[in-house]
Amino acid sequence: MAAGSAWRSLVSRRFPVSGSNRPFSELRWFRDSGCMVQDPTQFDVLVMPNLYGDILSDLCAGLIGGLGVTPSGNIGANGVAIFESVHGTAPDIAGMDMANPTALLLSAVMMLHHMGLHDHGKKIQTACFDTIRDKKVLTKDLGGNSKCSEFTADICRRIQDLD
Amino acid sequence: MIKLNSKNIRIFLIYFFIRRLRVKMAAHGSLLSVFKSINPRWNGPLGNSVKIFGTTFTNHRNKATLTPPPAKYGGRHTVTLIPGDGIGPELLSHVKEVFRFSCVPVDFEVVQVNSAMESEDDIMDAITAIRRNGVALKGNIETKHTLPPSVKSRNNVLRTTLDLYANVMHCQSLPGVQTRHKDIDIMIIRENTEGEYSSLEHESVPGVVECLKIITRNNSLRIADYAFRLAREKGRSRVTAVHKANIMKLGDGLFLQCCREVASGYPDITFDSMIVDNTTMQLVSKPQQFDVMVMPNLYGNVVSNVCAGLVGGPGLVPGANYGQDYAVFETATRNTGKSIAGKNIANPTAMLLASCMMLDHLKLYNYATLIRNAVLTTMNETRLHTADLGGQGTTLEVVQSVMRVIQSKGQLTAEF
Repeated sequence: MAAGSAWRSLVSRRFPVSGSNRPFSELRWFRDSGCMVQDPTQFDVLVMPNLYGDILSDLCAGLIGGLGVTPSGNIGANGVAIFESVHGTAPDIAGMDMANPTALLLSAVMMLHHMGLHDHGKKIQTACFDTIRDKKVLTKDLGGNSKCSEFTADICRRIQDLD
Repeated sequence: MIKLNSKNIRIFLIYFFIRRLRVKMAAHGSLLSVFKSINPRWNGPLGNSVKIFGTTFTNHRNKATLTPPPAKYGGRHTVTLIPGDGIGPELLSHVKEVFRFSCVPVDFEVVQVNSAMESEDDIMDAITAIRRNGVALKGNIETKHTLPPSVKSRNNVLRTTLDLYANVMHCQSLPGVQTRHKDIDIMIIRENTEGEYSSLEHESVPGVVECLKIITRNNSLRIADYAFRLAREKGRSRVTAVHKANIMKLGDGLFLQCCREVASGYPDITFDSMIVDNTTMQLVSKPQQFDVMVMPNLYGNVVSNVCAGLVGGPGLVPGANYGQDYAVFETATRNTGKSIAGKNIANPTAMLLASCMMLDHLKLYNYATLIRNAVLTTMNETRLHTADLGGQGTTLEVVQSVMRVIQSKGQLTAEF
């Protein structure tokens, strides 16, 4: 499509591959979705127009465990940014201390990186991943029985240990 | 001599309406059913005949498949073959070899299409050949980006000119192929002629391109009806419409509305809808929940590639494009496979299974079953896999294994 070729020429012109270690390659996005399902590890950073991004981001969220663990950020000009989780409002479990805070927490980590507070961001991310990896204090959607506050308390404890 | 009384006038009117609806029943049978219902209860309500309409109309809509074409000379069918680019020519030559070996009564009329040329003469010749023969087997024709944007995709021109409005793909898990998800059995019906592939784009202001997505009521009703008819024919219980009507309220909203209208005429089939981004997420986490899916063009492109990836890759799944008068068979994901062309490593399964779908369409069921079973035996029992499935086999080895299995069935075969 012409829109596709305009997009392609724009990206390759603004960010030429000039001996840097960041190769730019393009992939027909439908083939991308098939490759993504078979071997997602071959991909690093993907850039695409709006609709394709909508579809592919949900596809990738499904690959890593769902919308409950997927962070996101919306970056505008002049550094204006809004970071948010992409899951819904879940009114059925609101106020019951059951929700998984991972998505919003990792979105906050993205925000810290955006603000240049890389150390703090890395610390919180490490603590969060360690808690999930340990599998001792998991919320219901991840297969555990713990409350949201217990999950959060465990992350805080790990951050304290890291200091 | 027929008496002109109210009973006979009623019978005549009902018969006239049945003919107008073009019900494909034997005239004797339809008249008989009309007479049977009217005669014993000719004083009864007219609602009785409405029931007849429902039954006979349903019988007509039961049949989703087309009548095979008339290109049959001396008991042998003629099929147009378009080799295409990349791995297409080598895979289709293997198909021809398997057909020759199995003594399939099909002759191929080969039409080359040069994707590097700007003129559309080649593709128009191919279209003429398909119009003549009614059926085609094709490889994917590359769309070169070095050509100006005014040069349309040849595959798209073929589909729209022949009005091949339904792209059908059946994704099934194969026991011999290792995948993350098992027990997948999804039929995908994709609208093939409009949507985002209408090739209507313009740059009214430099740096601002507008691309038109066309959704029409006619085509949406047509594809939805095809999906429901196929679901009923195959004994499926659920049809899911995939859309993005929360954003494209008019375009996808129209598509969804048409699907709902058609669904109301099939009360035995459950209908639901799902937004396309959620659909892709559900496909990679719980694909077993899907049965039959119907969707516009672009979403069909995505969903079919995702499903092909789920069952083992683009080398495994065949696809078919059906129109009112023509049918064209190819691999489901329409890959050119330029990077692996000529290396004898491409997976011939998808193209061989597509040729079996073609044989089913030509009503050569025995040959279709023979070749299909041989391919599936090679895939599932012999487990001779090509590189895309993690195996070491070459294309030629897989094809020869298929031919050996065919020979072992004791059917008449030619020489190796």
